[in-house]
This record gives sequence, C-alpha cells and structure tokens, in this order.
Amino acid sequence: MYLTDEQQAILDGSKGETMAKVMKTLVMYGDTFHADKLVPVSSQYNHLVTSFGLKMMGPVFDLMQQLIDGGAISQQKFSVDPRPLDKNVPANFLQNFVFNNFMYSRQESYEKQLQQLGLMDEDAFTCTCYMDEVGNTPKMGDILSWAESSAVVYANSVLGARCNRNSGIMDIMGSIAGFVPHFGLLTDEGRKATWIVQVATTKKPEAQLLGSAIGMKVMEEVPFITGMEKWLGTELNDENRAYLKDFGAATASNGAVGLFHMENLTPEAKVQGAGLVAEGARVYVIDDTELERVKKNYPVVWKNPAAKPKLCFVGCPHLSMEQLIRWTEDVEAGLKKNGLKQVSIPTVFTTAPAVKKAFDKTEYAKRLADTGVVLSYICPLMYMNNPLCGKMPVITCSNKLRTYSTARYYTEQEILGIITTEGGK
Amino acid sequence: MREFKGRVIAPGTVTAPALVSHGGLNTLASFQKALQFGDKKATCGDQNNPDLYNKPMLGKALCLPQTIGSTTGGMVLYCACAMGRQPACMLYSKSIDSLAAAGSILASVWLDGAKMPVIDCLGDEFLDYVKDGMTITVGADGTVIVE
Repeated sequence: MYLTDEQQAILDGSKGETMAKVMKTLVMYGDTFHADKLVPVSSQYNHLVTSFGLKMMGPVFDLMQQLIDGGAISQQKFSVDPRPLDKNVPANFLQNFVFNNFMYSRQESYEKQLQQLGLMDEDAFTCTCYMDEVGNTPKMGDILSWAESSAVVYANSVLGARCNRNSGIMDIMGSIAGFVPHFGLLTDEGRKATWIVQVATTKKPEAQLLGSAIGMKVMEEVPFITGMEKWLGTELNDENRAYLKDFGAATASNGAVGLFHMENLTPEAKVQGAGLVAEGARVYVIDDTELERVKKNYPVVWKNPAAKPKLCFVGCPHLSMEQLIRWTEDVEAGLKKNGLKQVSIPTVFTTAPAVKKAFDKTEYAKRLADTGVVLSYICPLMYMNNPLCGKMPVITCSNKLRTYSTARYYTEQEILGIITTEGGK
Repeated sequence: MREFKGRVIAPGTVTAPALVSHGGLNTLASFQKALQFGDKKATCGDQNNPDLYNKPMLGKALCLPQTIGSTTGGMVLYCACAMGRQPACMLYSKSIDSLAAAGSILASVWLDGAKMPVIDCLGDEFLDYVKDGMTITVGADGTVIVE
C-alpha cells in the first residue's frame, strides 16, 4: 500500500509509539484487503459502536487508556451506540443488582474515557446517529471510519457516504489517524451489486423480514433490489428512510451487508440505475412463500414456547420521530378497538436521546405515556444479553434483537395485536 | 489426509482438533456469553448456528467460511484473545471479512504474546472436506493439513 511521506513518518514513530501502532493497525488492515492507499476521513463526525461499560470488555478499556495516555486522541468528535442502562425500563431487583454491580460496572469510567477521546455530547448515545435531531448525518461521498453495522449500511445505502464495515476499535483508529484504507465499499468497484434481488410479493414486505431474507442469502455482498417501487415510490421521505433503516439493520445482522441499492430510490441507484450491477450478478427472487419460509425457520428458544410475553421491545435500531408518532397512533387505535386503556404487557419503545427530547415536546408524548408504553434511550440488545433477561419471554419486531438474544420475532402488526389485546395474546 | 494452502493473516503454527461451522460465524452471538460469564471453554452461544451452538471453541481449530453480524465482532475477538479464550486458530474458506480481520490485527499489534494463527482463502473444498474432530496442522506458510 502506498503511504505518503507523512504517513510513513508516523508509522516510523515521528509522533510517538502509540501513534505508530495506530498507523500500523491501519496499514495491516489495508494490506489484508489489498488497499492501494490511505484516504482522508472527510465526514464531520465519527460514530463508534462500543458504548457499554461491560466488565468483560476490560481489554478494550485498557486499549482506550493506552490511546489516551499516548496522546492519540480522535481528530473528530463522535457519537456512539446507545447506553445499556435506563432506570425507566422494567427490571426486577435482581436484574438491577446484576446490571449495576456486575455487568456494567465499568459504565461510568468508560464514559469518562469516551469524553476524553472526543464524544460529541452527553446525548450522543444512539445507533441512529444520522437522525436530524442527533446531527451526525454524513453527506453523499463522505469517507467515514464508522462502526455499528446498522449505521454503516444506512450511511452507505441511504446517504451515499462511503464506509467499510469497520469493527469496534478499528473505528476510532481511523479517526485518530485521520485516514482509512481505500478498499471495498470505499471504491466504485466495491459498490457494484453482485446480486439482483427481485421482490415479487403481493403486499408491502415487512422491512425487517425482507432484510433478513436478503442478508442470509447474499451475506457480505451488495444486492440491487428491484420490485419495491410500487410499495415505496421513488422519494426518500421520512417513512421510507425509517423503512430502509430497519431493512438495512436486518441485512447487516442476519447477514453482513454493508451496502444495498434499491432501484429508483437510494441515491446511487437513482443516478446509475442498472449500471451498478456487476457482470455475472446472481438472482434471488423473493415472493410471499419465501418470506414465510424465512420467518418459519427462526428458532424459538424460549423454555416454554407458549409462555405469555413478559416484555416487548420496539426500536432496534432506535425509532425515528415519524415511527414514534405512527406507533403512538397505532397503539391508541388498537387499544380503542379492543376496549383497553393501556398495553397488556410491559412495552418499551427505544429512540435516540435527542429524538426523545424532541418527541417529548409534542402532544404525542403524553398520548404514548397514557397507553402505558415506556419510551427509553436504552439499547435493548444490551439489556437482553444476560442469563436473567435471557430466560424472560421477550417479544420484538426487531430482527437484529432476535438474532442476538432470546427475544422472539413477530411482525409489527403481530406485535401491535399482542400488546393491545387483553391478556397479551 | 489432505493439504490445503491459504493466505496468512496472522502467522503461527499449531495442531488442534477441528470445529466446523458451515454457516457464517456470528462473533458477538458466539462469544458474548462465554466472555461475559467466565466460561473458560468459550462455549458457543449462538442459537442460530446449529453447527457450533453449545460446543466449546477454546483450543479448537475453528473452520468457517467468514464471520457475520455486528461490527462489535472484531472487538469481541480481540477480547477473546486478550482473555485467553480464543480458538487455537481460525481457518477461513473464503477471503477474510473486515470484522474478523480487525480482531486478528488488533490482537497482533496491541497484545503482547497473543497467538492465534489465522489463514484465509482456503477454498470451498476445505470446508467440504474437514469434519469436527479431525486433526488440523497449520504451517507458517499458510499450509493446512487435515487428517
């Protein structure tokens, strides 16, 4: 890989041992993928995936301290994934004890490290940093050093920025050096689609189910999706952006997709059309039967599959303002139809702190609270990943949460039906 | 006995019993419980991976196509190496993905003495041939002997 004189000097130790190791990490990373050079990070902000002070992540905190002590500080401010704890989310005494004294005992000290390294502000904890209310929205063509699979696939696909699926820790290395290796999704060639996905369903497919099917089929490759225009139109409005957010998260967690193109909708597909499809691309047709097959194959790992749900999470990735308003109206309507005043099982909606603040200023905040739904900034995934919560029968319409926890997946309409029906059936 | 040749991502030599995942390894889902709750055998916790679920990964020659899932993946691998809960080696049939590569590189640069040889590009035939429990010998030049 070609290095400029400045980059070579840093690698040779001109800015100290720690910076040399940062540069060595990036050079090895680039060499592995045949990168031709390092290119400047051009986005205003970075986004990191590691937000949780999990005791098990001790080696990560030690490395972060090495960076701080060595003066290797991020050149960009950054947002970071959601906090793992929120006292407003239902938890029993034992769960709270384990969360605070065992699992996340490093949360406070880790957040201090994040502030030293360049955290944007105290509210910059969300997986949907690209929301207008949060303010970390890259421009088309920006080069990023982000991690968080759902944010990376959104930035690449919906915003037209350029970012590889960087791992946690590697994300901040690029931000510290100010450069990232030029390979994969940073290149025109790497952004070509090697799969054509033809959607031929008889109704608008559930975003999280469609994303799951495509992710499991194409894995880390780039799909060009056709057949969605009749459901989504050709404009990236708030509703479509939310759809693509949830769709992308499922492609990235059920597979390893870092970029998708949707015909006549996503920015590069609008400009380049079928020119984005690589020669020899394979074809995957998705109809109602295929989606049903995918859904039926999800394992149910509850000890008692017939158990009544004890908790419901909606919002992984975090909900947008448009989704919060839509869900509020839908829950109200469902409750009214079934003669109920409040949801029949404890339900938590999750969103970015900045979106929550904006939502709290609207009339919908009280209306949602009146339904009994809790609105939180928590990461449901981090809440679920322990034996105490893992044994609980939790339901969700997030395919990402399903993948990483024991939560059981239902479509949005099924979830709505369950939480607004007497007995939570 | 068959010999395969791949590309060296992290150098080293080792002999260990094979553990085979035919689907992508979800690193976070596979290692999280093992790292979080002190399971020294690094038992795979990924319910969506029938090949590995509930099997110990520590000390095994982990044979897989690629890793998938959350971008915490590389960081999780880095932690596994730092805590001595890593497989004996990781052998990829396909070209290594960016998350797994990051984990291997971070361990190589930032950890003293963490050794987990990593070889990629071993080909689909490798994954078709190797079975759980077969003995794997990794050479420094990327040679992998399966017997």
